[in-house]
Amino acid sequence: MVENPLTPHSKDLGLVAAQAANAPIGEQVPASFFKQLLGFWVTFITIFKKVNTVQYPEVKEPTAERFHGRHQLNRYEDGLEKCIGCELCAWACPADAILVEGANNTDDERFSPGERYGKVYQINYLRCIFCGLCIEACPTRALTMTNEYELADDSRGKLIFEKEDLLAPLRQGMLQPPHPMVPGTDHLDYYRGTITGSDPAQAVKDA
Amino acid sequence: MSVEELLGADPGWIILVKGLLIFVICVVATLLSIWGERRLVARMQQRLGPNRVGKFGLLQSLADGVKLALKEDLIPKTADRIVFVIAPIISVTACFMSFAVIPLSGQVNLFGHKTLLQLTDLPVGVLYVLAIASVGVYGIVLAGWSSGSTYPLLGGLRSSAQVISYEVAMGLSLVAVFIYSGSMSTSAIIAAQQHWWFCVTLFPSFVIYAISMVGETNRAPFDLAEAEGELVGGFHTEYSSLKFALFFLAEYVNIVGVSSLATTLFLGGYHALPGLTFTENWLGGWFTVVWFLAKVVMFFIIFVWLRGTLPRMRYDQFMKFGWKVLIPVSLIWIMIVSTLRVMSQRQTPRAAVFGFTFGVVLLLLAASSLMESNKKRRAREDEIGEVAIPSFPIPELPTKRTEQING
Repeated sequence: MVENPLTPHSKDLGLVAAQAANAPIGEQVPASFFKQLLGFWVTFITIFKKVNTVQYPEVKEPTAERFHGRHQLNRYEDGLEKCIGCELCAWACPADAILVEGANNTDDERFSPGERYGKVYQINYLRCIFCGLCIEACPTRALTMTNEYELADDSRGKLIFEKEDLLAPLRQGMLQPPHPMVPGTDHLDYYRGTITGSDPAQAVKDA
Repeated sequence: MSVEELLGADPGWIILVKGLLIFVICVVATLLSIWGERRLVARMQQRLGPNRVGKFGLLQSLADGVKLALKEDLIPKTADRIVFVIAPIISVTACFMSFAVIPLSGQVNLFGHKTLLQLTDLPVGVLYVLAIASVGVYGIVLAGWSSGSTYPLLGGLRSSAQVISYEVAMGLSLVAVFIYSGSMSTSAIIAAQQHWWFCVTLFPSFVIYAISMVGETNRAPFDLAEAEGELVGGFHTEYSSLKFALFFLAEYVNIVGVSSLATTLFLGGYHALPGLTFTENWLGGWFTVVWFLAKVVMFFIIFVWLRGTLPRMRYDQFMKFGWKVLIPVSLIWIMIVSTLRVMSQRQTPRAAVFGFTFGVVLLLLAASSLMESNKKRRAREDEIGEVAIPSFPIPELPTKRTEQING
């Protein structure tokens, strides 16, 4: 890459750049007529260059790795939800797109380790600006973003995503909450990340 | 058989068929040229352009046309209703009519009838084309005026001023052709190019015509009338649905029209390239249509190329260029051409012709060097010398570069 003489460098404290910036403007002569005709060559030769078009609905290029797409509510390895209903995401949201209502976990009906869980979780994708501040605010990494970007729909109602739309799917070895924590552990073990999977004892008794 | 005999023997139904043929050719050419322009200009920008409707997107403009036709037809409250409706019709009729005198082919066999693909051959054919083009301006002016809105009015005035000024240059560039061919009828002009096409012998005229035809059709870089950033859409801002489609059609038929006039006047019309004249007899003479269309398509590609390359001109630059460059240059060129023509008709001795040519070249060189030194002198006068710094604070003179903030 050619070094831009006007870019300040830390090495010379920007002195070179300042000198270049202070140089008097030289005589501004338009290029000769034949030089100006070069523009026609540029457009002509571009005809034979490779096009950048992606045939979108048929061909889907992967997004950038950290592309801000649809949100996802994550789970612990045993299936319990990470969301604790603290509403920090909703508070962080500059577009007021998130609505959270927390509720208390009980021993009979436990959705997340610890005291509270998110009972209602809605993200309005007509308001969301995909800035990611909610992700930064989340204390338990419950909320992250996926790379999914196909979020168009034909009504306002369909674009308010509920908790069940946002929750990560149950993977191998996960149990559908509500269910108790892994026997012999407490919520701190969950937060430390020592839970590696579900235990048969967690299976809900009444099911 | 001469052109008059061939065309004079046409029965009524052949004339009808020809009229229909011209209409169909114009409409299909419009559909294809919109598609072609979009594809080509897309490639110049490393895109693909429309490629979904039909094979290679060929039916894209047809789909757009259907969409336009199905849209709501709005007439603004402040519009003059009658004129508002008539304006696009005038525009589109005028551009179709100019095709009546364009010869599309040599002698062909049309349903067992020997004829030419030319509706009629007026003795003042080219003048007729110019006259009809001027009528087309009415469509633009009336559309702009009758919309009852500011931007269309401005756009309409702009484009009519533009078309009128470039028509002068266009008309003047054709004078040399008339002088050399001795006729204003399109078929006679084509016949006069048997040996040398006029784009070679009358090169300056050809260049002036080529420039002024871009101005005449309101195309980039002369598309000031439709300068989106300044005038919304120009004269057709308030138009929608089929009426808008008519303006669209008129614009493209106009392009094809001026291109075919250029083909007729400067590129030997339907005749083949020199050295390939044997192809004119292929398919019973119908192959001449291919030659004609190939030349028109070449012009159209140049139109697209211009659009893909050049930025839009400023209005005053554009007018200055038309009135102060194109028109004087074509006037001088006409004088030279007519003098040479008179000399050759009176069999002036060769030495006199050479002397005249030499004198003209000398004069042109002298004039150009005079202009150059004048420009330099004026630049020196315009230079700002040392200015005494006044006692009150003044902003710094722009002698320093502005600092670039980011790399």
